Amino acid sequence: MTRADNITGKIDWLTVSLFFLIVVLGWMNIYAAVYDQAAAENIFSTSLNSGRQLIFIIVCIIVVIAILVVDFKFYDTFAYFIYGGIILLLIFVLIFGREVAGSKSWFEIGAFRLQPAEFAKFATALAAAKFIGTSGFRMDHFKDQFMLFAIIGLPASLIIMQGDAGTAMVFSIFLLVFFREGMSPLLLILGTTAGIIFVLTLLVPNHLYLYLGIAAIAGLAIFLGKKTPKRIALILAVGLLVTGVIKSVDYIISDVMKPHQQNRVKALINPDADPLGYGWNVTQSKIAIGSGGFSGKGFLNGTQTKFNFVPEQSTDFIFCTIGEEHGWIGSLLVIGLFVTLLLRIIFLAERQKWRFARVYGYSVACILFFHFAVNIGMTIGLFPVVGIPLPMFSYGGSSLIAFTVLIFILIKLDAHRMQVLVR
Amino acid sequence: MNETRKHVIQLVMIFVAIIFIVKLFFIQVLDETYAKAATSNIIHHVIEYPYRGLIYDRNGRLIVYNTPQYDLTITPKEVTHLDTLHFCKLFDLTPEEFRSKYAEMKRSRGFSYVKPNIFIKQLSNRDLANVQDYLVDFPGFEVQARTTRAYPYPVMANALGYVSEINQRQLDRDTSNYYQQGDHMGQSGIEAYYEKQLRGKRGVKIKIRNVRGIDKGAFEGGKYDTLAIPGKNLTTTVDIELQQYGEELMKGKAGSIVAIEPATGEILSLVSGPSYNPAKLTGKLYSSNFSKISADTMKPLFNRPLMAQYRPGSIFKIVQAMVALEEGVITPNTRIPCNRNLIGCHGDHYYEDLVGAIKHSCNPYFLNVMRRVVNQEKSEDTYEDTRLGLAKWHKHITSFGLGSPLGVDLPNEKSGLVPNVKYYDRAYDNRPWKFSNIYSISIGEGENLVVPMQMANFAATVANRGFYYIPHLVRSVGDSGKPLPKYSEKHYTTVSPKYFDIAVEAMAKVVESGTGQYRAQLKDIVVCGKTGTVQNDPLPDHSVFIAFAPRENPKIAISVYVEDAGQGARAAASIASLMIEKYLIGETKRPYIEEYVKKGEFLY
Repeated sequence: MTRADNITGKIDWLTVSLFFLIVVLGWMNIYAAVYDQAAAENIFSTSLNSGRQLIFIIVCIIVVIAILVVDFKFYDTFAYFIYGGIILLLIFVLIFGREVAGSKSWFEIGAFRLQPAEFAKFATALAAAKFIGTSGFRMDHFKDQFMLFAIIGLPASLIIMQGDAGTAMVFSIFLLVFFREGMSPLLLILGTTAGIIFVLTLLVPNHLYLYLGIAAIAGLAIFLGKKTPKRIALILAVGLLVTGVIKSVDYIISDVMKPHQQNRVKALINPDADPLGYGWNVTQSKIAIGSGGFSGKGFLNGTQTKFNFVPEQSTDFIFCTIGEEHGWIGSLLVIGLFVTLLLRIIFLAERQKWRFARVYGYSVACILFFHFAVNIGMTIGLFPVVGIPLPMFSYGGSSLIAFTVLIFILIKLDAHRMQVLVR
Repeated sequence: MNETRKHVIQLVMIFVAIIFIVKLFFIQVLDETYAKAATSNIIHHVIEYPYRGLIYDRNGRLIVYNTPQYDLTITPKEVTHLDTLHFCKLFDLTPEEFRSKYAEMKRSRGFSYVKPNIFIKQLSNRDLANVQDYLVDFPGFEVQARTTRAYPYPVMANALGYVSEINQRQLDRDTSNYYQQGDHMGQSGIEAYYEKQLRGKRGVKIKIRNVRGIDKGAFEGGKYDTLAIPGKNLTTTVDIELQQYGEELMKGKAGSIVAIEPATGEILSLVSGPSYNPAKLTGKLYSSNFSKISADTMKPLFNRPLMAQYRPGSIFKIVQAMVALEEGVITPNTRIPCNRNLIGCHGDHYYEDLVGAIKHSCNPYFLNVMRRVVNQEKSEDTYEDTRLGLAKWHKHITSFGLGSPLGVDLPNEKSGLVPNVKYYDRAYDNRPWKFSNIYSISIGEGENLVVPMQMANFAATVANRGFYYIPHLVRSVGDSGKPLPKYSEKHYTTVSPKYFDIAVEAMAKVVESGTGQYRAQLKDIVVCGKTGTVQNDPLPDHSVFIAFAPRENPKIAISVYVEDAGQGARAAASIASLMIEKYLIGETKRPYIEEYVKKGEFLY
């Protein structure tokens, strides 16, 4: 019992408070998103998503207690076991899983449904942290880097096979963690550049202008610098590479992407082209948020969300309820809460002396950030529609519990940071 | 280096958050189109059609009301797992009928996949009661209620008019911007003339709905809703039983009966023959029946009492007599020989005074009278003298309400024609003309044209000894108890009331011992009348009769036109006297006259 007494004094109450504040706000907005004045059921009714979310919240509190009670060294020691177990689950789900909305990513046990992909995030974070934390790990060694990519690539691939590209994309954010741990920024820069060129290609229908632009920049670079053969060759190579990216965009869009993914990209570029078809989600989501105005329509007074104009209004598009009922001020508050939480987690990560804990901390921050950025980005039309939840906010047991585990392992590790011998 | 990388990561996060906040500021605070889009997303205007005003007869009997009519509609988009067999059983259809009906609906113009389409028209109340409870089992199927006009008495179609959906031309012409596509409006008769009073005012309920179009209640608590205001009821001046009787008498004949209460100008009945059952042009029946009725060569839609223009014939002689008396060119004792050189005449008479001339309808007498009116030798020049005289004559004649529309409360009233100086100038292409060119107007032939309403009004004017109220069909609009203001104004003629007594005396003689004596006479009631036989070459003459009764304190004035029916003393006089009898006594005591009229063989 002494340990439990100890821990209440040592855990970071600010993070815990931010976490629960977001959870409760999420819960209330889930209620608002599906509230029907005619039925007038209260927030606790288990026939509503809000009532069920409350059950999940209670489960989370039990999970929190369990995490805080377990010895902090458990997560380091068993990181690979947990990772391995989750990988097995991801394989099993491909075999025994139940298909929901095109993704075969759910286990069904009686009335409960479980999505192992949600838990793969914290397991991968643990494994990556453990691997980087191993003495003798060198980020600049190709073999170590390869292993690291394998650790995140394996679950991501399995999740893609389930048909849940959105969740798989989350794993790309580990690049940011690795960057913090010494990986060359080149990969990030190349990735970002490719992304920008990709979007530019979509926005400029006539590729000739892009090619001319590349030729002009390349010519300018050759003309201005030293005209050594090596340099000219390098510039020409880069130019060709970029041309290749442009050439590949059409191929990626039409051959690699599935039709619904193509439409989501198209909807981002021009939602008005088909406002009732593929542009519907983005259009309606923006209408809901945009109609909130400065201070919103008031709690339970939204119309666009509860009348189902916005799809998935209590899960992926939960931010619409905030935007519509609480306006710009409410949106600002929620974004502020998330950014505060993210910065606090980075602060926690940075104060770890143990590399395992620090890497894990950064993983937590980056995973949360990715969800936050992509989810809100899609609701306001800055990002294609990707079906990932807003952490702690969206309705859903698996995701809520998974984020709870993710964050509270860090809080547990942080509480014991003084007990760790620096290796 | 690690410190820098920490900052890079922090900055990326803060940067993304700032982009979000700015973007949100744009779409939430600066751009108002989203708020409008949200409103139009959920708002749904439900039009509440007002009840059209009811129409009563002068004794408070309902003659036009609204009846609900139910159509079964299908919204194909909402139809899920349709149990065709159950449906067919419920509506007593075979599956083949169902399929062909559905295919027909799909082919129809304006078919919509997402909006209700009419599938079965006009379910009866009994059918509706049978199926209503089961309709919940058929998503996408709905019963649409609306009202159509209904008529307890299948008569008076032309005077009442019909109601139908507004057409594009009428929509374009509607400067008040009241009407919308799909609205119904009165197209003729009282329905058209009193459209503004009858239609009431549309109400709009602003409702909110979800993405499936399902009603979620009133928008902002109904703050912007407007209630439908029902149309005003009209009480007409018509005696519906007299009307019915008149139509019965006119069955199989072309012509008109107009009966007016002289003291008020109220129209007691307005029969146009042939007619049609007004119920035929209601609701869904309209589209199939309208073309049939309008293509009928007997023109049942032609409202003869107001639109048919005839030569007045001999009844015009009474007007001529009074004009001449007023002008002082004859006295009641003026005798003129019946000189048949210039113009034909009928019957045995040679040298009559005024009353005698009217009684015998003496043509040479009135030719002479007209000459005295027109050529008063006010000018040396015969031509100029005729012009002066005709202008005077025209002024008097038109003061009886002839030559222009009276202003009856029905659309499309014709003016008739009373030729004036200008008219003959144009007719003779500005070459000179004098009395010998125009004399046929003296006996109501020639260029003169009157409509039956004007002649009934003339009878009423004589009955009133010199004035009339504009005949009208509606005595009370809404609860006001009053007709439109113009119907409370007395109109005097330019002829002194004292000369009307002579006209009354003459008309009484016509019925007592003149041309009208056989069929127009009633026991105990002094009927004053005048026959007319209007030339209609090469077809048989039109039979005309005007009358009023009783002589003192007249209660009814009437004009009857029966086309192609020969002498006025036959068909028209019989019908007029039967109408008077019916109205004053309540029944006819002369079944032989009734039989004669119904048999309809007037020429032999």
